[in-house]
Amino acid sequence: MKRRDFVQLSGLGLGGLMLPVSLFGNPVSAEALLEVPLTNTQKKSLADVALNTAKAGGATYADVRIGRYLNQFISTREKRVQGITSTESFGVGIRVIAKGTWGFAATNEVTTDGIKKATERALAIAKANSKFQKEPVKLAPVPAYGEVVWNTPIVKNAFEVPVSEKADLLLAANAAALSNGASFVNSNLFQVNEQKYFASTDGSYIDQDIHRIWPTFTVSVTDRASGKFKSRDAMSAPMGLGYEYMIPKAEDKLQTPMGMVLYRNSYDMIEDAATAAKQAREMISAKSVEPGKYDLVLEPNHLGLTIHESVGHPLELDRILGYEANYAGTSFASIEKLKSGNFNYGSKQVNIFADKTQPGSLGAVGYDDEGVKCKRWDLIKDGVLVNFQAIRDQVHMLGQNESHGCCYAQGWNDVQFQRMPNVSLAPGKEPYSAAQMIKDVEKGIYIAGRGSYSIDQQRYNFQFGGTVFYEIKNGEVVGMLNDVAYQSNTQEFWNSCVKICDEKDYRMFGSFFDGKGQPSQVSAVSHGSSTSRFNGVNVINTGRTI
Amino acid sequence: MAILSKEEAKKILEKVVGYSKADGIEAGLNGNDGGNIRYARNSVSTAGEDSNVSLSVSVNFGKKSGAASINEFDDASLEKVVRRAEELAKLAPENPEFMDPLGPQTYGPEAKTFIESTAKITPEYRAQAAADSINPASKKDITAAGYLEDNRGFNAQMNSKGLFTYNQATGVNFTVTMRTNDGTGSGWVARNFNDVTKLNTAEASQIAIEKALQSRNAKAIEPGKYTVILEPNAAADLLGLMLNFNARQADEGRSFLSKKGGGTKLGEKLVDERVNIYTDPWNEEVPVANQAGGLPRKRMDLIKGGVVSNLFYDRYWAQQKGVEPTPFPGNRIMEGGNASIEDMIKDTKKGVLVTRFWYIRAVDPQTLLYTGLTRDGTFYIENGKIKHPIKNFRFNESPIIMLNNLETLGKQMRVASGGGPGGGGSALVPAMKIRDFTFTSLSDAV
Repeated sequence: MKRRDFVQLSGLGLGGLMLPVSLFGNPVSAEALLEVPLTNTQKKSLADVALNTAKAGGATYADVRIGRYLNQFISTREKRVQGITSTESFGVGIRVIAKGTWGFAATNEVTTDGIKKATERALAIAKANSKFQKEPVKLAPVPAYGEVVWNTPIVKNAFEVPVSEKADLLLAANAAALSNGASFVNSNLFQVNEQKYFASTDGSYIDQDIHRIWPTFTVSVTDRASGKFKSRDAMSAPMGLGYEYMIPKAEDKLQTPMGMVLYRNSYDMIEDAATAAKQAREMISAKSVEPGKYDLVLEPNHLGLTIHESVGHPLELDRILGYEANYAGTSFASIEKLKSGNFNYGSKQVNIFADKTQPGSLGAVGYDDEGVKCKRWDLIKDGVLVNFQAIRDQVHMLGQNESHGCCYAQGWNDVQFQRMPNVSLAPGKEPYSAAQMIKDVEKGIYIAGRGSYSIDQQRYNFQFGGTVFYEIKNGEVVGMLNDVAYQSNTQEFWNSCVKICDEKDYRMFGSFFDGKGQPSQVSAVSHGSSTSRFNGVNVINTGRTI
Repeated sequence: MAILSKEEAKKILEKVVGYSKADGIEAGLNGNDGGNIRYARNSVSTAGEDSNVSLSVSVNFGKKSGAASINEFDDASLEKVVRRAEELAKLAPENPEFMDPLGPQTYGPEAKTFIESTAKITPEYRAQAAADSINPASKKDITAAGYLEDNRGFNAQMNSKGLFTYNQATGVNFTVTMRTNDGTGSGWVARNFNDVTKLNTAEASQIAIEKALQSRNAKAIEPGKYTVILEPNAAADLLGLMLNFNARQADEGRSFLSKKGGGTKLGEKLVDERVNIYTDPWNEEVPVANQAGGLPRKRMDLIKGGVVSNLFYDRYWAQQKGVEPTPFPGNRIMEGGNASIEDMIKDTKKGVLVTRFWYIRAVDPQTLLYTGLTRDGTFYIENGKIKHPIKNFRFNESPIIMLNNLETLGKQMRVASGGGPGGGGSALVPAMKIRDFTFTSLSDAV
């Protein structure tokens, strides 16, 4: 499912819309999500059927993923629940290398016979496509891990919380928004559980239970007299957590000089909805921005998307090599720039790392979807480009012999490929808060939350909006602004980074629906950062009259 | 199994509806056989086929409803899915906006959405189509990356009020990006048909190759307001973003179609009077099913003579407002003119030719302002001729402003407009020449 589809589903004015079945899986009852259809012993013996069939059919490598993908989506609007949908998708995907070529097939018949047939189809596809193969697939080695287990360390399984309790929380948030001046409010809660069993001819049998959650809303205020309408989205982030994220804790709240509260590892949806209504109302009469150069103070739930688009995507090796040329594009970041060892991606303050192990992040797993143990590695060190993101069949093109462990498939019936790990900006080492940062700015704009985003196919030129904008004059926040977007170039922007707040301000932004590939697949990814300052960025005014 | 005949579908749906003990039931069968091939670096990277059929059931007790689905079709499974939906409905909160199933309707003739040749595409056809695209590229020091996707699908629905519909459709979509090996030139082409015999990947690929070669070593020109000639794919991308004529959003005051002081812009002039946009299920180039959600589709104007002619009302909002509900349009057609792209270039003193746009995102829903970039073939026009390739631009523009600045309408072309390769999600859009199109910055991307 693409981000745009999600926006359509959860967005404004689509009352009564039924979630299309094919997007996630088959609707089931909420209770059915807690059933366990197969034990690990059963999964192992089914996985061996695929591996043995593949080897007997001439495969030099094979892996099998038995996956059960569960989703629950609750949507509300003002005082009513619009939809509660629980879905399940269960099946097996088999990937083989035969005649030096990949082949993949999947089936929802998770039986000895079904798996055998699918493996044979994967072998046939590999052999047929080998005619077009220029160079045989070369895999970086991976240790045999034997039988291992990894689970997202959740405190409270969201699927075990009664649907009514979750719907009531959304309705309470809606009520808070309405009583604080909202004209309309849509709120949603997404919950995901991926139960994945991976096995390969390299000798690993990996069982993983992965959880993600995302509460969000859009509060709108309309002003009939002026004909204006303004919206403010939630300041939550999708997280790799259980229902504990929905239970607010004082230590996770960060006060801002604007009175708005921001959230770390737990979220106060009711409090945020009330603030959202007040802010949306304020936006109706806020000043339109004067275009020009400003020092930008970017809050993590905003900066995360800028990191995603301008650092995460350009450093994907498959893009750099041209595999995405017809869709997402290629990249300005070339292998030559990496090998030069002196490509200044950003200023000396900028240290950006990839990490598939960050607790609470959307990308956190024990092992990736080709059985590689996950890790952390540097992408940009002291401003210099030092590495890319690569998986088993491509990392050798960088002269490296160890996969970075960032291979993922959105479902059992999709073939796994290189996907962005969590890519995060390291916090500053000196103690420094967002309030102090604002005090040090003479002419600037504070931007919080995600907004409009667009970047070219090689990731040079970008334009970003945000959720809320505040003008800073001589160290003081003087009021809200409208019509703000900043345009910059990736290298220029990261070199204008002059200051990064310390780890107390560090939080994660997340995206549930990062799209890539043809046919397109989505993946969920987080980006951590602390509030950061970028000097002299070009701000445009997006106000128009029609 | 994925494609059921009308009779097979009817038989299953009759059983399903018969099992229900609820106040109302709606059942839908959807099936799809699809295939694809993807290539990059002048070599096939992935290829696959998928086949799926599923039954979805929605039942209601009063205003409480529940839905379930299944992909097994024995009698026990059919009954199970109905019972599961009934259990969910009983537990669901009451939805005050729930609408009872729709009664039987009268439909116009079936549109020609199904083409046998497309339904019979084989893996060998796909491999050859890819080879026809890759081979001419390799001969010219160019790297091809492309994607071909085809499908054949059906859908059928029946409800407890006696409504029954059945439709089959085919579609094929092809795109290829050709990049010169020195990395300075890039060209793109797209083809979308429901009849695969109209597709020639070699011919299409040649256009992208030429664009790649011509776009090498682009020069930078200053951003600003330019006269642009938008090829149909570029025009369609922006046009598609303004055709969400949702009546409820407009009535609620949160749409570009809401009016200052209340009310909507229905019946008001929105764009240049030469703009005529309509939907028509029987159009020969972009045929679609003769119904949507059971509501009969017919030819319907969206914009006539620049005036907003119709808004979309779902059944609930139509009832609230005392109007007829609007079936969701399956295609969009904008009337074109006779000018070819070459004619429009000849008539242009200074301007920019745009092959396609990329990464278009909403900036302001109030004015429908969007931003995005040009990509894969952007050229500067001077005194009636293409002068040289230019670096890509970022634009910030509203399709409403764009259609008010219309200069010339060109010939129409069928293009994919969101969604898959099937009949739905296709549009018939002309090339267009627009004055004062707003480019706000330069991009180094090739």
